[in-house]
Amino acid sequence: MAERPVLAEALKAHGISRRGFLKYCASLTSLMALPPALAPKVAHALENAARPSVIWLSFQECTGCTESITRSHAPTIEDLIFNTVSLDYHHTLQAASGHAAEEARMKAMEEHYGKYLVIVDGSIPVGNPAYSCIAGISNLDMLKETAAGAAAIVAVGTCAAYGGIPHADPNPTGAVAVSEIIKDKPIINVPGCPPIPIVMTSVLAHFLTFGLPELDELGRPKAFFGETIHDRCYRRPFYDQGKFAEAFDDEGARLGWCLYKLGCKGPTTKSVCATVKWNDGTSFPIQSGHPCLGCTEPDFWDNGGFYKPLSMPAGDYRKLGLAAVAGGAALGVAGGAIARATKSKAAAAHETVDAHDLEKKS
Amino acid sequence: MTAEGHPPETSKSAVDELRSHLGTGNARPVLREIETALGALLESGRETTIDLGAIPFGPGDERMLDEVLGPGEVHATIYAMGESHVAETGVPGVWRVDHFDQRGETLSRFIEVTFCPDILKTQTADAEAGLARLTARLAAQDGHQH
Repeated sequence: MAERPVLAEALKAHGISRRGFLKYCASLTSLMALPPALAPKVAHALENAARPSVIWLSFQECTGCTESITRSHAPTIEDLIFNTVSLDYHHTLQAASGHAAEEARMKAMEEHYGKYLVIVDGSIPVGNPAYSCIAGISNLDMLKETAAGAAAIVAVGTCAAYGGIPHADPNPTGAVAVSEIIKDKPIINVPGCPPIPIVMTSVLAHFLTFGLPELDELGRPKAFFGETIHDRCYRRPFYDQGKFAEAFDDEGARLGWCLYKLGCKGPTTKSVCATVKWNDGTSFPIQSGHPCLGCTEPDFWDNGGFYKPLSMPAGDYRKLGLAAVAGGAALGVAGGAIARATKSKAAAAHETVDAHDLEKKS
Repeated sequence: MTAEGHPPETSKSAVDELRSHLGTGNARPVLREIETALGALLESGRETTIDLGAIPFGPGDERMLDEVLGPGEVHATIYAMGESHVAETGVPGVWRVDHFDQRGETLSRFIEVTFCPDILKTQTADAEAGLARLTARLAAQDGHQH
């Protein structure tokens, strides 16, 4: 990897000034949720970062994650990050197809064994691996084969991170997450349906500059999944005041009150949607008047219904979702954690709780 | 509503006016942080940068920040990978630094408490490139004259 051009050379080749590079580093430091004082260290790390080989594997997915990460125009921050990696295999984006494409993957693996980065979007069917194959190779075999020589794996999107929609009940293909198959490599989960483009690229930037980011109990980078959407929501003051929209067209909705009673999953969903936002920082679902669906959490599709308030238990918070609730409650540091704990209790007892109950600290 | 079925202009501006006051209550703590940082700058020369993107800020918070700090004497526009607006506020030593991409979308927003933001200074690497460019241009000019 060392022989590959580093970022500073790539920027110079693009005619970008040092001042532009410092601006880029300042913005990147902000996006990585690092203290602004670390911007010079980010600049130094980026200047010396090698250009790693990246193999992108797409399994049971809708291509929404790829759409998301490429949905920007050059040269934005996202594009710059992509200029700093060597995307050696991505069967949606690459020109080669069939055996030629597979040869590119094998070549990249051979040349950079032990050093390349694998990005996976989509879940892996294990019920019958033949449900999803590429060039006659099952997703399961391709993942195992490619992961063997990887330095790390980034599971992009909720499907790769937690099984996602293919994993939804009744999970006809036996879809599982990357982490349920690969146990001996560092895995960074970047969930979302799809994830915010800049979050994906910032995780890659973090890997390039400082190595593996600090992860939470669900394998997500804490910088982007450390707080709930509710913690950072601009409508939070209305929640605290008990002002809720009761319908999509009532006075409360018009006044921008909290969407909790319309099913908002913000209190139990960790993501930076409320601060980084979507479409180049334009807005996010709650700002557009729609409740958060909770797409960065495991089993979000099966958690009872998008328009049911969290205080109406769905009854079957499964596996990782329940673990996340318990883990969050143990920390006991934020209102969101209290809400999650109460949700868990309610799920067990099938009792009805309201917003007022969720605010009780005892 | 007007006879044409459109809402009267005044009602729209009244709603905008109302919205511009909606805040999270975070502006005041940030202003106190700025006050402390400015004191530290004067006492020890320590510079501080506050990332406004990391704090929930509503229109009312922005409004309060702008009203309390006010406009200052310096306003510079940098054209590097999109515009950056660097402006000293009405409180000398407190600067707003807002970075935008080529399409005008906000990349990041900072308050810098410093005597001069680094981004305004000419960087050594750029000066070196500038020297090489100037030398090449002069050489080309000399070539035309001979």
